[in-house]
Amino acid sequence: MAKATFEVPELSQYTEVPPVTPGTMAHSAPFKSKDEWQDALGFPGELPEDWQARAIDKMGDLLGKYRSLRVYMDSCVKCGACTDKCHYFLGTKDPKNMPVGRQDLMRKVYRRYFTLAGRFFPKLVGAEDFTKEVLDDWYSYFHQCSQCRRCSVFCPYGIDTAEISMAAREIMDSIGVGQKYCNEIIAKVYRIGNNLGLPGPALEDTLEGLEEDVFDETGVKVRYPLDEEGAEILLVTPSADFFAEPHVDGLIGYGKVFHEAGVSWTMSSYASEAANFGMFIGSYANMRRLAQRIREAAIKLKVKRIVFGECGHAWRVAYSFLNTLAGPWDFLDPRYPVPQHICEFTYDLIQKGKLNLDKSENDDKVLTFHDSCNVARASRMGSTPGGQFEIPRAILKATCNNFYDMDEDTIRDRTFCCGGGGGLLTDDLMEIRVKGAKPRLDALNNVMQEKGVTHMAAICAICKSQFTKVLPYYGMEMDQIVSLHQLVSNALVLTPGEDDEEPDEDDDLDKNDNDEETDEAA
Amino acid sequence: MAFLTNFYAFLFYFAAFVLVAGLVFKIVQYSRTPAPLKIPTTPAPTTRSGVVFRMMREVVLFESLFRGNKWTWIFGWMFHFGLFMVTLRHLRYFMEPVPFPIELVQPFGIYGGLAMIVGLAGLWSRRFFVDRVKYITSTSDHLILGLLILIGCSGLLMKFVFHTDVVEIKTFFLGLYSFDIKPLPGDPLLLLHLFLVASLMIIFPYSKLLHAPGLFFSPTRNQVDNPREQRHIAPWAKRLDQP
Repeated sequence: MAKATFEVPELSQYTEVPPVTPGTMAHSAPFKSKDEWQDALGFPGELPEDWQARAIDKMGDLLGKYRSLRVYMDSCVKCGACTDKCHYFLGTKDPKNMPVGRQDLMRKVYRRYFTLAGRFFPKLVGAEDFTKEVLDDWYSYFHQCSQCRRCSVFCPYGIDTAEISMAAREIMDSIGVGQKYCNEIIAKVYRIGNNLGLPGPALEDTLEGLEEDVFDETGVKVRYPLDEEGAEILLVTPSADFFAEPHVDGLIGYGKVFHEAGVSWTMSSYASEAANFGMFIGSYANMRRLAQRIREAAIKLKVKRIVFGECGHAWRVAYSFLNTLAGPWDFLDPRYPVPQHICEFTYDLIQKGKLNLDKSENDDKVLTFHDSCNVARASRMGSTPGGQFEIPRAILKATCNNFYDMDEDTIRDRTFCCGGGGGLLTDDLMEIRVKGAKPRLDALNNVMQEKGVTHMAAICAICKSQFTKVLPYYGMEMDQIVSLHQLVSNALVLTPGEDDEEPDEDDDLDKNDNDEETDEAA
Repeated sequence: MAFLTNFYAFLFYFAAFVLVAGLVFKIVQYSRTPAPLKIPTTPAPTTRSGVVFRMMREVVLFESLFRGNKWTWIFGWMFHFGLFMVTLRHLRYFMEPVPFPIELVQPFGIYGGLAMIVGLAGLWSRRFFVDRVKYITSTSDHLILGLLILIGCSGLLMKFVFHTDVVEIKTFFLGLYSFDIKPLPGDPLLLLHLFLVASLMIIFPYSKLLHAPGLFFSPTRNQVDNPREQRHIAPWAKRLDQP
């Protein structure tokens, strides 16, 4: 495992800003999408003869539809505040991975075709024709952005490179230059219902297996229902939660929490995917089509509430966009926000004293918390700004005795992306993923050395998969990344239901060995 | 002299027209372009008044830049605040009678001019000495900095070394209001200063100087964080909802 064909950066105590070294990642480009997937998403399959004119047209179209793009193309003054903020620049030294460097790939084309100065004095203002070389650069570097928005925090005008990456990918898709990973996955959701292509029966099997596992372990029947009409809550969770490690331990935790809350809930085989890759490719139409599946499932299953599982970009789409894309939600119970995050749900129960938590169950771990980028900077939890930082930490502190935060500069809204977000979580982009993880792992390594931290909790399926894969490259263990609700699951003392067997031995409920199966990785 | 006076009169009519028309065009364009999704950079205010407060901190204090880079913030803020003071001081050339607050601000305008030069010099030096900033700098960035520094220096030189007839200048500008063109002093430094200022006005709507109106329209900064409470939808997106 972890045999690298590239140089893995060495961790340092604090992430240092590297000297600019042009071209170090110019070779990185993801596999191209194929006809069938392009077609399913409504995009052409290959580069047409007149691609340049079409791309410029598309850019004009987007400039008229997105104020963000229009304003951000004009406003940058090249002050440099963003230049040392991107984890991909910090990990690769490539100046086209500086946020402004990445934006300028589009800005130079914008200036050439859409501004007076660029039309008449291209050299002066750095404007350039949209050539095949520029397009190749786009394909390479707009797939080295995880749309984490860290740059937008520090920009004096709030310029968000994510908006520009999304627009660039939409323009490329419109001329048949799509990325395999994202587009194949979206096509899979349309066909089957989730990113991993797990059909209904497979989900049912998995969930039954979970019920058995939890029963064997705790002696309590905890249900993991699928497609149950009339349930109170529809849980929408990333499909990785159904089988990947450590994701599934989180799903086990959600079920236990619902069990303790005493509410009926269900998942949907039709909307069995929380992640919405339509956002990664900047396609409003596809993002909307994916979101509508959740609406359809909610109507069909006659639920009253919608709760989302642990997932970063998914929570952004859910919290910030779902009302726009698939609302209004007037047929749901108006007493609850739509949608709710599982952390909000759990936190609420903790506040009300409804969960019996035994923190000592997690005493074998010393924890830190990784703020997932899109939860931190593109969404909220609870009713006050910053709830997305406080609520997960409050849950952690309620379930664990040992918790330390990483360096302030690398958490909350200044958190570093895991390196795998925004549609980059694919093996053909391993080099950028490993290098992009460096700033986060510098900070993790630091608390491991200084505070004896052993595990890092996260609330995002992508973060979990990415760290599982990337930690070994840096000499760490893949199971050092855990789901937040895995810790809840460990600590939660379950209340036996009526149909549960009377436990014969009293010690059945407080077994110590229920932090199981952390050694099998996906 | 009549030729120069006429030339400058025309130049300022033209510059004022380009500046105003260009900015109005851009502002209308920005405000007509919908923001289809809620994308405030969070944590973000949950109320309109909270957003006004956030925007004020950005405009007056450059809050995000402060978090981003202290050196750029110090120089950038010095320059902008200095320029603001200088502009207030200059209002006396365009108003009769001069309002009391503008009279009050006169000495600060001079400090502002000095701060502006220092700030600009600092910003420019970063373009040479910080490799990342050097990489992203294009010729136009140097030219704009040069233009601003020249404007500042020519102005300060007139204040401290080569005095010019400010009364006559004021008569010239007040005359422009009623298309009554009065003679402009022929001092080369003054002519240079005015020419550069007019150039700045002309390039404003066609350059990165658009960051000034742009900030107010930036969705990551001006949106209220309330997507669950209030459905936000753009007109073009609404059409997708109709079957």
